[in-house]
Amino acid sequence: MSQVPLTHILVLSTALFFIGMYGLFTRRNLITMLMSVELILNSANINFVAFNRYLYPGKLDGIFFSLFIVAIAAAEAAVAIAIIINLYRNFKSIDVEAADEMKF
Amino acid sequence: MYFNLIMPDTAYIVGIVLLPLAGFVLLGLFGRRYFRRASGVIGTVLLLGSTVLALWTAYGYFTTAGKEHGVYQPVYPLKLPWLVFSDRLSIDLSIILDPISVMMIVIVTVVSLMVHIFSLGYMKGEERFGTYYAFLGLFTFSMLGLVLSENIFALFIFWELVGVSSFLLIGYHYDRPSAVTAAKKAFIVTRFADLSFLIGILILGLEANTFDIRGIYDRLPDLFAAPHPAVGLGLVLIFIGGAGKSALFPLHIWLPDAMEGPTPVSALIHAATMVVAGVYLVARLYLLYIWHESVMELILYVGVISAMLAAIIACTQTDIKRVLAYSTMSQIGFMIFSLGAVNYHNLNDDSNALGFSGSMFHLFTHAFFKALLFLCAGVIIHLVHSNEMKDMGGLRKRMPLVHACFLIACLAISGIPPFAGFFSKEEILAATLNANKFVYALALFTSGLTAFYMFRLYFSIFWWKAAEGHVRKGEGGIPFSMKLPLLILAAGSVFAGFVPVSDLVSLAGPLNEHPFGVRAIAPVGIALLGIILAGYLYKKESNRPARARAAFSGLYRLAAHKFYIDELYYFVTKKIIFNGIGRPAAWFDRNIVDGLMNGLAAVTAWVSAKIKGIQSGKVQDYALYFFAGIGGLAVLFIYLYT
Repeated sequence: MSQVPLTHILVLSTALFFIGMYGLFTRRNLITMLMSVELILNSANINFVAFNRYLYPGKLDGIFFSLFIVAIAAAEAAVAIAIIINLYRNFKSIDVEAADEMKF
Repeated sequence: MYFNLIMPDTAYIVGIVLLPLAGFVLLGLFGRRYFRRASGVIGTVLLLGSTVLALWTAYGYFTTAGKEHGVYQPVYPLKLPWLVFSDRLSIDLSIILDPISVMMIVIVTVVSLMVHIFSLGYMKGEERFGTYYAFLGLFTFSMLGLVLSENIFALFIFWELVGVSSFLLIGYHYDRPSAVTAAKKAFIVTRFADLSFLIGILILGLEANTFDIRGIYDRLPDLFAAPHPAVGLGLVLIFIGGAGKSALFPLHIWLPDAMEGPTPVSALIHAATMVVAGVYLVARLYLLYIWHESVMELILYVGVISAMLAAIIACTQTDIKRVLAYSTMSQIGFMIFSLGAVNYHNLNDDSNALGFSGSMFHLFTHAFFKALLFLCAGVIIHLVHSNEMKDMGGLRKRMPLVHACFLIACLAISGIPPFAGFFSKEEILAATLNANKFVYALALFTSGLTAFYMFRLYFSIFWWKAAEGHVRKGEGGIPFSMKLPLLILAAGSVFAGFVPVSDLVSLAGPLNEHPFGVRAIAPVGIALLGIILAGYLYKKESNRPARARAAFSGLYRLAAHKFYIDELYYFVTKKIIFNGIGRPAAWFDRNIVDGLMNGLAAVTAWVSAKIKGIQSGKVQDYALYFFAGIGGLAVLFIYLYT
């Protein structure tokens, strides 16, 4: 079977990126915002792997970097959960609109 | 370029002016907290130094310095360029020593010293004792600077300083609203006159191309071959400025109210020194004034009107200090019209120089007896605790020293020989007889009135009938510091007439003749008449004064209300100036100027309210702005690089 063109994969990752961005700006639930951030990170991941496979088939540099991104995303998720727990303790809610005290 | 011209052996002259200034600074800064009661002694000692230097200067000037052809020449010991704006306009600190300035420094320092000593006793126990002496030092410094100043602008600076000192001293008891009002009135009236003074200075400086007296004297021959109209206008404006400070009609309204200040202040400022500043000013520029016949006529009439008006009002006043205030105004009127007494139809007559000399001589003698009168009044008020004549009476038994001094001063002011006032007044009247017979008649009448109202005051206080219960203790309780100046000034009132001031301070050398013979008969006669009339009415208690008042009731009421001049001023200021100019100006300030500022603030607040929503506190909004910015930058860069 013929290969999927590179552009298709890039469009997919761009679409995922913007879906993640939309979710980050729109969702009220903090955990759902976290899920959108993960989506953004993973879209970057797809980009790395795609470029590695299509442009530099013999090398593994892109895949190495993907592994890094996965590890960092996991660490960042842990920190984000800790922040959410602190926010919950202060505002008794995980609605991001509840934490609006730094306003005019 | 300029270089400092200080004649080294006369450098001590600067000390005359600077010692009182040092007193002001020292006592003003430390007097209240640190020196307290010693402030009086410090001020007095500094002024004693100044007096000694002044007397030494006078001795040196009149015996050795600068005599050419028998006429004393001006000496310029110091010239310090200070504010040089251009080669024409420069305000220098320079000193001129000529007969009138040397005479004035002697008068100012001696009278100021007497007041300093007197105040040691009079103002004892005052909370702000140090401040009082600081203000006295400031005044003395300003007055000395005024009379020694060679540059007209520097004179104007000292002029204003004298006005400030007067304001501070009149309003010394600032918890009394009447004193505060009087201080404001004095300052505002004189400030208004000073506007005209300033314009006059500028005109004069423009025409004469310089602001130094020396420069003006040098240019006199070529400038004034014929009277120059612009200079005449400048001189009139300068005279108006002098008239304000010297309380001449119609700018005299502040002087009676200025009696709210402490009595030694009245003695110093409003009798002997500050109020003669206007006379000094005309004398300083006399060589310009004599060229302008119409200006001299103005001076003559303003002087004689002031003298007469004040004398008439003084006959009706019951407050001792008010009588003395009007008396001062009257005597200054004498000095002023004497300066104007020149006969332009017969310019070669020797008597034309009498006016100037007589005026200066009267300034000299007047300082002594007027200061003495005020200080005696101070002692009387101190003992009786009241200013009104009705609370006094029969005091000659309780205060023999004050009685004697007051009597001497009254005889001096009435012009009875051999007391001081006789000599100076005779010269004034002789000069006026020579210049204008009508004015001479008015002056003679005023001399008689002077004797009358002064002896009315004398008899009412020391004879008449003893008032009940006011005087508890007699003169014995008065400290020596209050008696010594009385003695010294009384000696001055007796002997000052024998000092040949009119020969020393004159336009063209010693006078050829002194009018103490035939021409003296009419004035002395009319003065004796005035004294006898006052004695007849006021010596023994009777209803004669009441009957006299009833006989002249209309005129009496007019004079007792000071001819309603104050009311006229209030009408003009309140109804016309305040309503016509003040109110519209206030409206403009409140509605337009403030409105503009308030409008700006309101617009700012509205804009702020509209855009405050940007800071919503919501993280997602901030994230949106962030990415919007990135998007914008991306578009920008793509646009830039393709």
